[in-house]
Amino acid sequence: MTSATHRYDYAGAERRREGNGGHADDGERMARALGVFSIGLGLAQVLAPHGVARAIGVEDDDGNRKTMRALGFREIATGVGLLTQQRLAPFAWGRVTGDAMDLALLGRAFNSRRNDRGRLAAATAAVAGVTILDLVASQRLTRSAEDSPISARVRRQGIRVHKAITIHRPLEEVYEFWRKLENLPRFMVHLESVRTLDDRRSYWKARAPLGLTVEWTAEIVEERPHELLSWRSVEDSQVPNRGTVRFVRAPGDRGTEVHLDLRYDPPAGAVGATIAKLFGEEPSQQVDGDLRRLKQVLETGEVVHSDASIHRGLHPARPPEEVPSQVAAGRSRSFASQNGGVE
Amino acid sequence: MRATCWEGKRTVKVETVPDPKILNQRDAIVRVTSTAICGSDLHLYNGFVPSMERGDILGHEFMGEVVEVGRSVKNLSLGDRVVVPFPIACGNCAMCQRDLFSLCENSNPNQWLARKLWGHSPAGIFGYSHLTGGYAGGQAEYARVPFADVGPLKVPSGMADEQALFLSDIFPTGYMGAEMCDIKRGDVIAVWGAGPVGQFAIASAKLLGAERVVAIDRFSYRLRIAKEKAGATDIINYEDTSVSEALMELTAGRGPDACIDAVGMEAHGHHPMYAYDRAKQALMLETDRPLALREAILSCRNGGVVSVIGVYGGFIDKFPMGSVMNRSLTIRTGQCHVQRYLKPLLERIERGEIDPSFVITHRLKLEDAPRGYEMFLHKEDGCEKVVLST
Repeated sequence: MTSATHRYDYAGAERRREGNGGHADDGERMARALGVFSIGLGLAQVLAPHGVARAIGVEDDDGNRKTMRALGFREIATGVGLLTQQRLAPFAWGRVTGDAMDLALLGRAFNSRRNDRGRLAAATAAVAGVTILDLVASQRLTRSAEDSPISARVRRQGIRVHKAITIHRPLEEVYEFWRKLENLPRFMVHLESVRTLDDRRSYWKARAPLGLTVEWTAEIVEERPHELLSWRSVEDSQVPNRGTVRFVRAPGDRGTEVHLDLRYDPPAGAVGATIAKLFGEEPSQQVDGDLRRLKQVLETGEVVHSDASIHRGLHPARPPEEVPSQVAAGRSRSFASQNGGVE
Repeated sequence: MRATCWEGKRTVKVETVPDPKILNQRDAIVRVTSTAICGSDLHLYNGFVPSMERGDILGHEFMGEVVEVGRSVKNLSLGDRVVVPFPIACGNCAMCQRDLFSLCENSNPNQWLARKLWGHSPAGIFGYSHLTGGYAGGQAEYARVPFADVGPLKVPSGMADEQALFLSDIFPTGYMGAEMCDIKRGDVIAVWGAGPVGQFAIASAKLLGAERVVAIDRFSYRLRIAKEKAGATDIINYEDTSVSEALMELTAGRGPDACIDAVGMEAHGHHPMYAYDRAKQALMLETDRPLALREAILSCRNGGVVSVIGVYGGFIDKFPMGSVMNRSLTIRTGQCHVQRYLKPLLERIERGEIDPSFVITHRLKLEDAPRGYEMFLHKEDGCEKVVLST
C-alpha cells in the first residue's frame, strides 16, 4: 500500500465537530439564536405591549394589550426552553406552532378598519420570514435527534477529535518524545502499550471496558521531523484509526503548540460498540485529558495525581487505601525517564 | 490517621482515614504540627463552593515535619520543619515561571471541571473542593505535599509554629492585597473585613507605607484587634455608621486611594441590598453576595485601585461596571501566589517587623475542629483565628 501520499484533511476535521453532523450543528446554532430572539420579543410584548401593538399596526386597546402579553409569555417560555434544554426539537416546533398562531391573529387583524394595514402587512411578512427559519431549524434538529443514541452515531460517522495544547518545552524535545511511540501510553490513558516493529510500523494495544483489549498495527504515513507525524492503522484492523500531530513553535518563547487530530472508525457489531463505549460520551474530553497529561509529563516529569484523581470518577479527597497499579507503574516509568528518558 | 472531613453543609467530623502515601516522586509527606481554619474554609462549610464530596479532608493552612520524600525531592530532608503554601504549583509551567503560582497549569487534575465554571483552570489547592483538584487537606495528622521541591519553606529552628504558620496563606494573601494597591506616600487604604486576612492586609498596608489604613467590619472586637494589633489608624463599624459617608469625611471627599475587599462572597450588610442578595443566592440566581465589593468600588477615589482578595466562587449581580469604567478604576485580584512571598515575609518576621501570631484567639486540638468551625462561623467568644494542633 503506497499511503505516503495520504494527507490528513485538517480543514475537514475542523469543520466537522466531533462526530456531530454539520446539519445538526447548524440547527442547534439556529435554534439558540431563535431562543434569544424569542426572549427579546417576549420581553418587549410583556413590558411594552402598547409599543409593540403600534409597531405592527394594531390598535392599542385593553384586549389587544392582554393578547400581546399572553403572546409575550409564550415567546419567553419557548426562548428559555431553546436556551436551556438539551432536547431542542420540541421547543423549535413550539415556535412553529406559535408562528402559525401569530399569522392567524394578524390575518384577523386585517379585517378591522381601525388597524394600520401597511404596518400589518410588514409585520406579516416579518413573521412569515421567521416561520421559515423556525421550520428549517426544527427539521434539522429532528433529523439530528434521530441520530442518537451515541454509539449508533459513532458507528456510522466515526469519532473525530481535534485538540491542541501549549507545552513550555522546546519543540525538538516535544517532537522527539512523541516520535518515540512507546511513550504514548504514558499520557494516553486508554493505551496499554505501543511496541515499535520497524521504522514505520508499530503494534498498539488499548484497554477496553470489561477487561478487554483491542489491538492493531499502525504505520507511519507521513513524517516531517520537528513538524508533523501522521499514522494510520493498517488494512483489516479491528478498529480503523488514524492520527496526525503537528508541532508548531509558539510565539514569543511560549514553548511548543501540539495540534492533534484523531479519527477512529469503529466497525459495526459488538467490537464497534465496545470502542464507542471506550470513548464514552465525551471523546474530546478524554483527548483533552491526554494532552494535559502529556504537558504534565514533559513539564514536570510525570503525570500529576491528586488524592481523589487516582480513583475513577469523583471520589472523596482522602488518601487511597492502596496505591493503584497504574500510579505505581507510572512512578517506575518516571524514574526511567529521569535517567535519560524525557530530559 | 485522624483528619477533619467535610460531611455536608455545616457538618465536619474528625475521622480515622488512611495515611497519605507518596503518589508522585516530587511528593513529600508532612506530619502536621499546626494547622488553621481559614475564612475560606467557611465558604466550604456553608456549602457555597460547588463540587465538595462527602468525606473530603479539609484544610489548606498547615505546617509540620517532613517524614517521607519522593525520589525527586532533593531540597528537603527527613525531620525538616516546613510551612506549606496553599496553592500547589509545579514550578515548571509558563505560569509558575512568571511567578503566578496560583495559576499553575499542571497541578489541577480536574481542569475540565474548573473550566466548565471558570473558562480556564487555576492551580490545585489543598482541601478546597474538586474544582481545585480534589487534594486531601492539611487539617489532619499527615498530609501529602505535591511538588515538595517547589512549595514548602524550611522554618528556622528558633521560630515558633505560631509565627510561621500563617505564611501558608493569610499573611501572604493580605500582603498581596496591599501590594496590589501600589501604595504611595500619603495614601489612604480602606480594608473591608477585619477577619484574619483583613488584619494582614491592614498590617501589610502599614508595612508598605500607607498614611492611613481604615478597617471596616461589624464586630467591635475585630475592629479592636485591627486598631490595637494590626495598626489601623481608623475603624468603621458599618452596623452604626454609613461607610461611604465616613470614608468621604476621612478623606475630605477624595475617597480612599485604594480599597481592599477582604470579605468575598458571603458578605453581610443591613441595607436592602443584603436582603436582595440573600434572596438571589437562596434561589441560586447568583452564587456570591458582593456587598463589600460594590461598596469598595463606589467608595474608591477616581483612578484608584480595588484589590480583591476575598474569595468569590461564581457569579455576582448588580456589579457597578459603570463606576469602574467611567472613573478609571483598576481592579486587581487573584488567589495569592504564596510561593513568591514566602522568603521576603519570613525575613520580615525574623527582623521583628511583624509577629503574625497576633490574630490567634483560639488554640484547640485537632479533635476539636468541629467546635472550631462553629465558633469561627458564629464569631463566638471573640473568635478571630482558630489554630489546631495535633
